[in-house]
Amino acid sequence: MSETQKTAAPGGQTRHRMLTFHILRYNPQDPDSKPHMQSYQLEEAEGMTLFLALSEIREHQDPTLQYDFVCRAGICGSCSMLINGRPGLACRTLTKDLGTEITLAPLPVFELIGDLSVNTGKWMRGMSERLETWVHTKEQELNLDKAEERMDPDLAESIYELDRCVECGSCVAACGTAQMRNDFVGAVGMNKVARFKLDPRDTRTDDDFYELVGDDSGVFGCMSLLGCHDVCPKELPLQTQIAFLRRKMISVGLK
Amino acid sequence: MRKGDRQVIINSQKVTITERDEAQGLIAQRDFGGTKKWRTCYVSDGTGHAMLYTASDRAIAEGIDVHERKEAISLIHDGHRCYGAVVRDLITGELSVYLAKATALATGGAGKVYRVTTNAIICEGIGHALALETGVACLGNMEAVQFHPTGIVPLGILVTEGCRGDGGLLRDVDGHRFMPDYEPEKKELASRDVVSRRMEEHIRKGKGVKSRFGEHLWLDITLLGRHHIEHNLREVKEICESFMGIDPAEKWIPVRPAHHYTMGGVRTNHTGESQQLKGLFAAGEAACWDMHGFNRLGGNSVAETVVAGMIVGEFISDFCDKKENDIDIPMSLAQQFYDSEKAKLGSLLNSAGKENAFKLNTEMQEIMTSSVGIFRNGDALAEGVKHLQDLLKRSRNIGLTSKVPGVNPELVMAYRVQKMLKVALAIAYGAQNRTESRGAHFREDYPHRNDQEWLKRTLAFWRDGADLPELQYETLDVMKMELPPGWRGYGAKDYIDHPDTAKRQAEIDEIRKQMEGSDRFAVQDKIMPFRDKLPASLRGRNERLDEPLNG
Repeated sequence: MSETQKTAAPGGQTRHRMLTFHILRYNPQDPDSKPHMQSYQLEEAEGMTLFLALSEIREHQDPTLQYDFVCRAGICGSCSMLINGRPGLACRTLTKDLGTEITLAPLPVFELIGDLSVNTGKWMRGMSERLETWVHTKEQELNLDKAEERMDPDLAESIYELDRCVECGSCVAACGTAQMRNDFVGAVGMNKVARFKLDPRDTRTDDDFYELVGDDSGVFGCMSLLGCHDVCPKELPLQTQIAFLRRKMISVGLK
Repeated sequence: MRKGDRQVIINSQKVTITERDEAQGLIAQRDFGGTKKWRTCYVSDGTGHAMLYTASDRAIAEGIDVHERKEAISLIHDGHRCYGAVVRDLITGELSVYLAKATALATGGAGKVYRVTTNAIICEGIGHALALETGVACLGNMEAVQFHPTGIVPLGILVTEGCRGDGGLLRDVDGHRFMPDYEPEKKELASRDVVSRRMEEHIRKGKGVKSRFGEHLWLDITLLGRHHIEHNLREVKEICESFMGIDPAEKWIPVRPAHHYTMGGVRTNHTGESQQLKGLFAAGEAACWDMHGFNRLGGNSVAETVVAGMIVGEFISDFCDKKENDIDIPMSLAQQFYDSEKAKLGSLLNSAGKENAFKLNTEMQEIMTSSVGIFRNGDALAEGVKHLQDLLKRSRNIGLTSKVPGVNPELVMAYRVQKMLKVALAIAYGAQNRTESRGAHFREDYPHRNDQEWLKRTLAFWRDGADLPELQYETLDVMKMELPPGWRGYGAKDYIDHPDTAKRQAEIDEIRKQMEGSDRFAVQDKIMPFRDKLPASLRGRNERLDEPLNG
C-alpha cells in the first residue's frame, strides 16, 4: 500500500501557485458602496477549497468580505456562488481544479445581502409555501406509540434520491426562465413536487399537483435549457424529473 | 450479503430493512461504535438532513414563522425570570428585542472553540455563552468534550462512524491494522473516546503518517467494495472526492481525531428548563439534560435532537399554557438590556484597541486543541487556563479596522470571541479541576475513573465582573440509579467504585430475582420509574415487533 500513501499523502514542500481572486463587491447596507470588482492574491495550499481561501482572505486581507458558509462540507447548501460564472458550492470547489485567475460573484435571482451572500432562505420559503412542500396526510390523530407505517424499501430509496436536495439555489441561478419570471418555481420546486408525488402517504392527486405547477410558473415555464441539471451539486436527476412531471401534467391538462 | 439486505432510506419517516424479514419496510437500523445491538436509525448517510427537512417542511405546513439570519446576543432577565433576548439582525446589523414567556436555546455545540472540529463553522457555543453571561444560569459538565476518531485531514469534515460500523479499518504508516492490538474485543468499534485516544497514542508512538497538515492515520474502506461505498456510504465518497480529490473505493482516507461533540451545556431539569432562571429552556447539544453524561454514543446526537425537541417542546408549550407563568413584561428592563448591548457594540466599533479579533480566535483555538484536547494533564490545563484568561483580558481591547454598516463580519467575530472565550474557560477550568478520568475527559495524571470522589456534575457560573467561572458540584445519587456505575466493557477494571455502588447493585439484583417472570415494565417501574417525568401525551409504551400494541 506504499503507493496509496505516496499519492494520498501530500508530503513535502512543493512550490504553490499564486492565485488571484476577482470578487464582485457590493454592500447594499452602505450608501457609499457601489458594485465593483476587487482582487486579492493568495498562495495556494494543498487541498485548498474556496472555503479555506475565502476564510484566509477575510482573516488576513479584508475583514469586510461577506459570504455564507455553515457546514463547509457540502451538505447545508449555504455557500453557492458564481465560480468563474458558473453556480456551484464554494466549499466543495478545490482551487486545484481552477486556473490561477478565479472570479467570484453572488448568485443572480436571489436577494443580495452583500458581496457573495444572498438570501436563498427567503426564496425557498416562498417556493415551499406556494408548492406546499410537505406530506399532505388525511386528517387523523397521530399515535406516537404505534410502530411506524411500513414503506417499500425500493420506493423509500427513490424518494430519498430526490430528498437529497440541499436548496442551495444553484439550479435557480442557472435557469433561463428564473432570470425572466419572478414567480418561476425552478428545478428545486419541481423536484420537490416530484418527491411528494412519489410519497404514498401524500394524498394529493395529479389534479392537485396540476393546480400547483400546471402553468408557466411551473413545468410549462421550463424552456428545457437544463442548466439546472448541469450545475446541481447533488447530481439530482432534474432533467428526468422535469420531463416526467411535464408529461404527467400535460396528460392532466388534456383530460 | 444478509437476507433482506440493509439498503437504505426513508424519506425521513419510514424506511428500509433490517436483516429480519418481518422488519422489512421499517426504519433502517445499524451498529454504531460502542453498541452491541442494532439501535441506530438512519436514512442512507443523510439522517440529519432528512430529519431537518422534514421538521422544516412541517414548520412551513403549520405556518410557523422562522426569523432567519437573526442572532441573540443577550438574554433579558431580572435574576429570576427570563423575558426574551436582545437580537442582532445579520443582514442589516440592527438590534431588536424579542419578548417571550419562554425562551429556548437550541444553538448546538461549541466546537469552534477548538482548531480542528467536525462541527459546522457556526457552532461557536454562543447559546452556552448567553446563559453563562446571565450570571445566574449555569453550564453543566462543560469539560466533557468528545472527539471523533475520523475527521478528514485537514478540513475536519466528519466521515461517518458507519464506515467502521460497516467494516472499515484503521491503519498506520506501515499499513498495519492497529486497533486489535489495543482493543482485541471491540477493535475499530470501541467507543469513540477509546478509539480516538488509541489513535493519538499510536501517533505518539511514531506510527502516524506525516503530511503538510500534521500527522494522520488511514481509514481504509476499500475492502467494503465499490458497490457498498456508492450505495450505503455515498456521502463519504462525495466528501473524499470533493474535499480531497480521492476515491475511497481505491484509496485510503487520511483521518485524525477531531473535536466532535459538546456533552455539556446549559444545565436544565428534566423539562429542559434552567434550574436557576425560570422561563429559560435549552434543548439538544446546547443543553446538559443528562442524555449523555461524560460520553456519548453514536446516533445519540440525532436522538437528542428529536427526543429533546419532542419532550422539551411539549414542556415549553405546557409552560406557556399555565396561567401562573404569565408575565408582566418590565419594559424598562428590556430597554436597559437593549441599551447595554447597543453601548457594547458601539464601544467595539469606536475602540482604539489594538487587538485583532480573528487572531484572538485563532489563539484560543490553538490553546484548546493543545491543552484541553484528548490527553489532558494538570500542568498543561493550568497553563491553558492562564493563557485563556489572558486572551479574555485582551479581548476587551479589540479594535476594528472597519466600521462598514450592515452585518460587519469583523464586528461579529469581535463580540463572538468575547463570548467564546468564556465558554472555553468553562471547559478548560472544569477539566483542570476534575482530577480523575471519566468518559471523554482523560487525565494522564489521574488516569482512573473515581466514582468515590467525582460522581458529580460540574456546574459553571460566571459571576458579574469575574475572570474565571465559579465551579460548583452536584452530587449524583447512586441509590436511585437503574444502572449503577460499573465496568463499561473495555479497558482495565481499574476505576474506584462509589461506596453505594455494591449496595445498589445488590438491591437491583434482588429486585430482578424477586420479579423474575414479571414483564419488563413492572421491573423498570420498581427499579427506576420514569414515566411521570414525561409530558402526559408521551407516556405510552412504544410498540415493538415483539411487543405489539393491542388495537
